[in-house]
Parts: sequence; structure tokens; C-alpha cells
Amino acid sequence: METFTPTIPAQAPSTFRGGRGDPPQVASGGDDGRSDAGPPDFGTRLRRARLALAVALTPIVMLFVSFTSAYIVRQGLPTLDANSNQLVRDWLPIPLPTQLFLLNTLVLLLSSVTLEFARRQLGRQAALAPVKGIPGVSLGTERRIPWLAVTITLGLMFLAGQWMAWQALADRGFFVATAPSSSFVYLMTGCHALHLFGGIMALLVAGAASVLHRSLDSRRIIVDVTTWYWHFMALLWIYILALLEFAH
Amino acid sequence: MAGGPGGGETIMVAQEPHAHAAPQGFIRKYIFSLDHKVIGLQYYFLALTAVFVGMFLSLLMRIHLVWPAAVLPLLGEIKPETYLTLVTMHGTIMVFFVLTTAPQGGFGNYFLPIQIGAPDMAFPVLNMLSFWTTFLAYLVMLAAFFVVGGAPLHGWTGYAPLSALQSAGPGEGLGADLWITSIAIFCIASLMGALNFITTTLDMRARGMSMMRMPLTCWSWFVTAILGLLAFGVLLSAGVLLLMDRNLGTSFYLPLGTINGQLTGHKGGSPLLWQHLFWFFGHPEVYIAILPGMGVASQVLSTFSRKPIFGYKAMVYAMLGIGLLGFMVWGHHMFMSGMSPYTAFAFSIMTMAIGVPSAIKTFNWLGTLWRGRIQFASPMLFAIGFVSLFVSGGLSGPFLAQPTLDIPLHDTAFVPAHFHLIMGVAAIFGIFAATYYWFPKMFGRMMNETLGRIHFFFTLIGTYCIFMPMHYLGLAGQPRRYSQLTELAYLHPLIPLNRFITYAAIVTVTAQLVFLYNLLCSMFKGPKASDNPWHATTLEWTTATPPPHDNFGGHTPVVYHGPYEYSVPGAPQDYVMQNDPATVAAH
Repeated sequence: METFTPTIPAQAPSTFRGGRGDPPQVASGGDDGRSDAGPPDFGTRLRRARLALAVALTPIVMLFVSFTSAYIVRQGLPTLDANSNQLVRDWLPIPLPTQLFLLNTLVLLLSSVTLEFARRQLGRQAALAPVKGIPGVSLGTERRIPWLAVTITLGLMFLAGQWMAWQALADRGFFVATAPSSSFVYLMTGCHALHLFGGIMALLVAGAASVLHRSLDSRRIIVDVTTWYWHFMALLWIYILALLEFAH
Repeated sequence: MAGGPGGGETIMVAQEPHAHAAPQGFIRKYIFSLDHKVIGLQYYFLALTAVFVGMFLSLLMRIHLVWPAAVLPLLGEIKPETYLTLVTMHGTIMVFFVLTTAPQGGFGNYFLPIQIGAPDMAFPVLNMLSFWTTFLAYLVMLAAFFVVGGAPLHGWTGYAPLSALQSAGPGEGLGADLWITSIAIFCIASLMGALNFITTTLDMRARGMSMMRMPLTCWSWFVTAILGLLAFGVLLSAGVLLLMDRNLGTSFYLPLGTINGQLTGHKGGSPLLWQHLFWFFGHPEVYIAILPGMGVASQVLSTFSRKPIFGYKAMVYAMLGIGLLGFMVWGHHMFMSGMSPYTAFAFSIMTMAIGVPSAIKTFNWLGTLWRGRIQFASPMLFAIGFVSLFVSGGLSGPFLAQPTLDIPLHDTAFVPAHFHLIMGVAAIFGIFAATYYWFPKMFGRMMNETLGRIHFFFTLIGTYCIFMPMHYLGLAGQPRRYSQLTELAYLHPLIPLNRFITYAAIVTVTAQLVFLYNLLCSMFKGPKASDNPWHATTLEWTTATPPPHDNFGGHTPVVYHGPYEYSVPGAPQDYVMQNDPATVAAH
């Protein structure tokens, strides 16, 4: 056949994959873990949820990247002064409640650690679950610290601490609309707090799942993904704090 | 699997509905469905209503431009601010609720899982939420028409300070707040959708469906999802700042200034900040609209030329290249902003660089057609129309990419002519091609070919008659966004041409009623379609028509072939299905 078509030998029908001609039976990707049309197993679900989290963090990064770029650009921007009719630099440094922020940082980092414990605790629970049912086997009375509840409390403490920080800013006369610099402080800390609140909600769902005796697998997935999200939120907070403290 | 307390198995079953029996009740089946196919159709019909709203608004604009004194039934006379409202809502509804919604949310949702051999999207509940959030955004957007002051006037680009001040115009009060809220909700919906698309593409492919065996449609949805993921977060941040400026008294976008002789109370903001953030989203958005069209065009051209797509890998890399470059060119929308000539030069070079992957794609489409056994079915006509519009709309791109040419042309009709051809009509042709191509699979019936042809020729010639002369209007200096052109002496010679465009618009809009009639009638009365009426190769054609709830009736396909193996020498038919193990047996 005279065409531009690259000729395809019938023996190697996988040519259009990109040339290497792997044996077609070998899946180089795709979902190997899934049994035929059944519900996906735990490993698949966990991998999928983690992948989704990694994807979901991208727009959050983009959100704060655009805030950051706006923040940096705005700092260097001269603006028109009404009285002198001249361009002036009017960036007003904000006296941040640094000590309170550092205390909050500590609380948040601590909550990250406790959530990691919660995640591992659930993993241990899952590992021991098959043994539990064996007659005559006693696992002893393991001391179980409610890490999930501890984390939620610490998370709420962090939010309360941020609220206090906003109060402190307001006491010093800096409100949302006082100056661009104060707007940015409220904007970034507020957006972060909102995202962390989302994490707390997810943990509450996991907690409710525990109370309602939902499957351990589902709880593990929620807690696992939220843990990674939470660690990310801790890192993000440190980034925001550093930005506000050092770039003004 | 470790069973949790309280019997994990049963609960898992409840959480994975797509792997099990189809829901029975009407509400679970058609309204709050978790089935990606139903959700895809929901998106499609949402876009279908939106496109008629948007088209109606554009018709009003065209009528007003040539007969400014006309008193329309029910609507009365169109005032200048009403005209700006029409401009704004036409652009917004078309870009967000048609061009972003139909190709990705509609066809992507319906066919991505089937084409990669998955039973559903990775997260069906999220998928449903994504649609209903989009629907909410749509309602909020439409509500802007009916509030005090009416819809906003700031254009789909929402430039500050006009968009940032409540008192800037009649529609800039509640109407503008609703507009921004709607966009913000839409961003969240799109992000949920993009999350699902990316996870599904990466993790749900059937055995043997490697990335480089995916149909180009799947690649286009994948790249589009990545663009959406990166772009919509930025638009969301821009919208949050705008809402704060409007309602909390901040000054992100508002410099010191007066309105109606009074100080606004804002100072120190930069209107250009909005433009940067908006266009950082806005330019990738253009590719979000057109990339799925490219995917569909590739799929359809290959099928109806009975030839493999020419240069599959080049097509994939060109799409990735377009996606990447799309994030580096936003400044070309802002040459008028007084940016440094060096910056403008950099943006200009990057913009022209997009011509390279675009040309690769065009060349490959033509290479696919070259000496193919072309069948001029309706989907094929629209795919060829897509290529034609992509070329003729794209060629004015390099004009506008040059700051020296863009500055005189920027605020003229030349720019609407350019972007309507390439991102408006070309993308719509992609949607039409997809509709005619996949209709048999979606509804189990064939569309009428004769009506399809009538629709095609009227639409192709009609849209060219609308937008080609518009370039000349722009070159002759006709400004855009002006509600009255008849009062300016230097524009008088252009009135006949404007009238011609309006007539062409009326004919083209009427031709869309043929499409609507064909679509709705064929849905119920068309001849029954076989499972694979086009003799195509991809996985959606291996399953029943319409596909069962879990797509493949209880099994997952195994893939042995690339997506476009047509006219394979030695094969029993002129096409080899992707899941056909027969030719592998000798291997």
C-alpha cells in the first residue's frame, strides 16, 4: 500500500506504542492490582488516594505561589501619593506577633507528630487484626493513646492561636484593609487556616468512622492521606511564616 | 485483606458502587448518579443549554451593532450598559460553561474511562460533586441577570478597577459579586474534575494500555486536566483577592483614585496584578478549550481516513509542548499595559514558539489525510472543519504575538476575529465532531447524515462569513466592545460589512437549530446503531451500545495494540481493535 503509513508487520502489532515492541501482554502501567472488575483492594485504594492527594496539593501550591508573587511584586511597587502627587514606596512593615506565631508553629508541628502516631497506630491495628480472632491468643492490654483525638485538639488549638494572632494584629491597629501588607498577612494566614480546617474535618470523618465501626481500611486510607496533607500544611505554614517574617 | 471491626467487606462494597450493580431509582440513576457516563451526559446537556444562551446573547449584540435603535420584543431597546452586559455574559458563559465544560466534563467524563478500559472514574463521588458544583456555578452565573443592576459589565476578563468597585457601573454591584462567586465555584469544580481525570489516567488503565497506547483523545484530556490543575488555582486566588477588594475594603487591585468625583477610599493596589493573575490562568484556559478538540480531530481523522494517525508520538509531545508553552505566554495579552519592551520581546518569542507544536499537529493531520481512503461522514467533516479553522484562526496569532502589531490591533475587532476562529469556533467544531462521532455509542442510535451535512456546510461557511470579514473591520480600525458604531463617521463605510456579518450570524444560528433537531430526534427515532458503526479501533467500540453500567459487562479488557491500527497489511479487516489478541497469537 502506497501511503505515508508506516508499514506494520502483523507479527508485531504493538509498533504504535512507540517502537520498542514490548510483549503486548506485559502491562507497563495500568492497574495490575485490580482483580477482574471486582472492587479494588486496599493497596490499590491506598495508592490511588495517595496519588490523588499529590495531585490535589498542586493547585494548593499554585494558590500560594500566586499569593507569594503578588506579595513580592506589590512590595516593590511604587504608588501615587495623593498629597505630594508623586510616586512613593508605601509598604508598611507589619509588627507581627512573632512569639505567638512561633508558639502556634510548635503546636502545629506537635500535631503533625501525633497524627503520624495515629497513622502508625492504625497500621499496627490492621496488622494485628487477623491474630485477634485466633482463640487462645491474647495480645495483652495495649495502652492506646487516642492520637487522633489529640491531633484534632492540637489542630483546633493552632486555629485558636491563629485567631489570637489576628486579635493581636487588630489590637496594634492592623486590620484586613489597613494596608496592602496587612491584607496579605490576613490573606495568607487565613487561607492556610481554612485549609487546615479542611484537614480537621477529614480527621473528624475518620473519627466518626471509628465510632460508627466503619471498615478499618477506609479509616486507614482517610487517616493516611490526611497525615500527608497535614505534614504538607505544617511545611506550608513554616513557609508562610518565613515569608512574612523575612520578606518585608 | 485485613477485615476491620464490624465487617469491612460489606462497607467496602457500599463505597465502590461502580464495581457493582447499577442503581435502580430514578434519582440515583439519572440525577445524583455516580456513573461517569451519566455525569458526562449531564455535563454535555448543561453545556448545550449554555451554548444556546451564549449564542442568543451574541445574536442580540450583532443586531444591536447594526440596528442600534431597534426595539426588540420583550427586551426593548439595548442600552450601552446592556450591551456590555451581553459582551460579558456571552464571553463568560461560552468560555466556562461551554468550551471548558463540554469537551472535558462531557466527552472526557464519558469516554476517558472507557477508552482506557476502566469501569469508572477513580473517584465517582468526587465526580458527581464536580458536576453539581459546576451546575451551582452555572445557576449563580445566570442569577446575575436577574438581580438589581443586572449582570456585570467588565467583560469575561473582569479587568480591575472596573470589576473591583461596587459603584463602577450598574452591573458592578451584586451582579459582579455573583459573577466572581460563580467563577470561584467553577474553579473548585474544575479542580475536582482535573484531580479525577489525572488519577484515572495514571492509575486506572487496563492491562496493556500503556501511556503510549492511549488514544490521543485520552492524552488531550490528560494534558487539559494538568493545565486546569495548574491554572484554576491561580484564577481562584485572583478571585479571592477581587472579592476582598470589593467587600472587605482591601486594595490589592485598586490604586488611589476617584469615582464620580469622590475618593474611592482605596489606595496602593495595582490593576495590573489582576491582569497578570488572570492571564496566567487565561492563556492556559485557551488550550483547555482547544486541546480536547485536537484529540477528537486526531481520533476522527484517523478513523475516517482508515489510516493510523501520522506521527503518534509527535502528536503527544506537541500537546505536551503546547501545554508547557501555554504557561509562559500570558504577557502577550498585556502588551498594552506598558510592560518593558524586553519583557514584551520575551513573551513575543515564546508565543511564536507555540507555532511550532501547532504546525507539527497540523502537518500530522494533513499527513493522516494524505492518500487515505477518506469517508466524508459528518464527524469527519467537522474534524476537517476543525483543522481548517485551527489553521485560519491560528495564522493571525503570529500577527498579534508581535507587540508592534498588537498595540494598534489590540482594541479592534481583529482580536475577537482571531480568538473566535481558533478557540471559539474551532473548539466548537471539535465538540460537534465528537458529538457526531460518539452519538451512536452514547445513545445507541445513529444521527441523520443529511442533516449533519447541512449543519456542517451552513456552520462552516456561516462562521467564516462572520469572522473572516471581522479581521478587515479590525484592520480598518473598528474598535471592539463599543456598543454603537453607526455614529462614527470613519466607520460608516464599514456598516455594510457589519450588516453582512449580522446576516451571516443569523443564518449560522438558525443552522444550529438543525443540529438541535437532529440531536433530539435521533436520540429517540434514529436507526439503531451497531456496537462499532465506524469500524473504529479504540476500546469504547468493543463494548455494548450504549455501554453497560460497568462499561465492559463484568470483565476488564486487555490491550494488545496501539490506538489507530487501520489498514494493517495482513490483517483480516482494515482495522485491528485495541483488544484484539488474534494477531498476537503468532507472536
